[in-house]
Amino acid sequence: MTGFILRRLGFVILTVLLSSVLVFGATHVLPGDVATMILGREASEQAKDSLRQELGLDRSLVVQYGSWLSDLARGDWGTSLSTGEDVRGVTLERLSNSAMLALVAFFMYVPLGIFLGVIAAWRRNSYIDQVISAGSLAFVGLPEFVTAVLLIAVFSRALHWFPSSSAIAPGTGFFSALPSLILPGLTVSLTSLAYVVRMTRAGTAEVLETDYVRTARLKGLSAGNVLFRHVLRNSLLPTVTVIAAGVGWLIGGLIVTESVFGYPGLGRLVLFAVQRRDLPLIQATTMVIVTIFALANLAADIMYALLNPRIRYR
Amino acid sequence: MKGKVEADHGRLVSPRRAAVYWRRLRLQPVALAGTFIFFLFLVIALLGPLIAPYDYAAQDATQRLQSPSLGHWMGTDNFGRDVFSRVLVGARDVFYLGGIGTLLAAVVGTSLGLLAGYVGRLWDEAIMRVLDVLLAFPALLLAMVLLATAGPSDLNLILVIAVLYIPMFARIARSMVLDLRTREFIEAARLRGEKRSYILFREMLPNALPPLLVEASIRFAYSIFLVASLGFLGLGVPPPNPDWGRQVNEARTFFDAAPWMLLFPAAAISLLVIGTSLMADGLRHVFGPPVARGSR
Repeated sequence: MTGFILRRLGFVILTVLLSSVLVFGATHVLPGDVATMILGREASEQAKDSLRQELGLDRSLVVQYGSWLSDLARGDWGTSLSTGEDVRGVTLERLSNSAMLALVAFFMYVPLGIFLGVIAAWRRNSYIDQVISAGSLAFVGLPEFVTAVLLIAVFSRALHWFPSSSAIAPGTGFFSALPSLILPGLTVSLTSLAYVVRMTRAGTAEVLETDYVRTARLKGLSAGNVLFRHVLRNSLLPTVTVIAAGVGWLIGGLIVTESVFGYPGLGRLVLFAVQRRDLPLIQATTMVIVTIFALANLAADIMYALLNPRIRYR
Repeated sequence: MKGKVEADHGRLVSPRRAAVYWRRLRLQPVALAGTFIFFLFLVIALLGPLIAPYDYAAQDATQRLQSPSLGHWMGTDNFGRDVFSRVLVGARDVFYLGGIGTLLAAVVGTSLGLLAGYVGRLWDEAIMRVLDVLLAFPALLLAMVLLATAGPSDLNLILVIAVLYIPMFARIARSMVLDLRTREFIEAARLRGEKRSYILFREMLPNALPPLLVEASIRFAYSIFLVASLGFLGLGVPPPNPDWGRQVNEARTFFDAAPWMLLFPAAAISLLVIGTSLMADGLRHVFGPPVARGSR
């Protein structure tokens, strides 16, 4: 098992490194000169040249990449071109905000998804199964910004239950932020919910067809007993993976959702960075997200291996 | 056509097969509805500007924020433009960008996957590892970073969609090749002395088409989602083209006064994405069980 984890960890590091090449490459073929972007078009060539030297832009791309990567690894993420703030401070603060939101969403869609998926599988091919399956498929089709706007219209404008803007002040604690997290959390949940439902349904339906479940039922065990003692242990395997792999969707959803609600999270920071073409900010936020994504996939692999020993030696 | 494959591995569109597929599709009312929605939007996309009652860009200061009526079925926006016409014309961009992007991804990805799987060894490793890097990014994030670099334009959007979806097609094509390469009819073709390109594209590709077609319809649904999200975030098609996502974003300010400005384009996006995913889901069943291979 240790060997398995180490191999997987090596793969994560490789992935993050290769992604850093892509991120660096993408941000360095940006048409437009960084020095001009910082100083403005009116600046003299001399001033631009000295700034280029200061920023090390006159060196070869490989050298620049090396020093960028080592700075990044040592925690020097640079200064934002558009706000002048320390990139690391802003990014980590926004990251913790996004983590709060993701946590809220997680506790909404995972239990609900598993619950609905199990019901659909238990009563498979019935009316209720079709409603759940088609319904969850429909929610995948609703873009986050549509869900968000509709939720705001109903729960905030009409019913006044929750605030329509989630622009919380920096340093707000989890519980004081909670009311502003409900609607964005719900928005992100609805898209991810369907995946959990479908995987749970597929996994559970498969296990329900097996001989040992039939045996358990025929020997007279109660439905609940069969479900909890025999079925769920095996059927939730694929669900675990899809939940971890769904982090990619979650992040995509967070970018849109945070922008609609004005929530100061990492997703909105990425959008801000992209709109301003703020290179250090784009690079740092992207790398943070890629790392998290890779770690989530690692977690999925490890959990899967823990739950299913057969996979470990592949 | 030389080297007709056995009945068992017949072409995707032989009349007998088509009848089987149609019968299977007819048995799934939900998938059928999805397919209907997809083709309805396709027709709208093709005819959009022709059947639109107004010019989508024509502003009319006297007709601002009109509620839906016989004259304006979906009302008018804050510039007095006809929302119905804008929604109709907006379909064109969705199919144009998402459709061509997906198609490009399918062609390039499939070719790379066939090559990786058939040539194997170093090529396989190199191609698949590079493509894996693209999968290390959440799709929307990668699209945003690439668009920030390249700048938003129709061509760049298409290329970004293609880049995002190439790995998926490559994986499927590759796993199909690995599955097929030991089959007898491939062995026979090789013994006949057929060229590598013939074996790949005339013998293997037709057999790999069903899963690729399912994947293409799923990816197309995602691409609508993506284009709309990018449009909403202000990174999509530049104005004046009516982009559904941007329309929704612009309509938010007027939601209290003119909810129709927002609801109709939002409904169009959702309906098309849902319809296409239902169709994709149905196709998966239509093409039968062996499809599951290589979906991951």
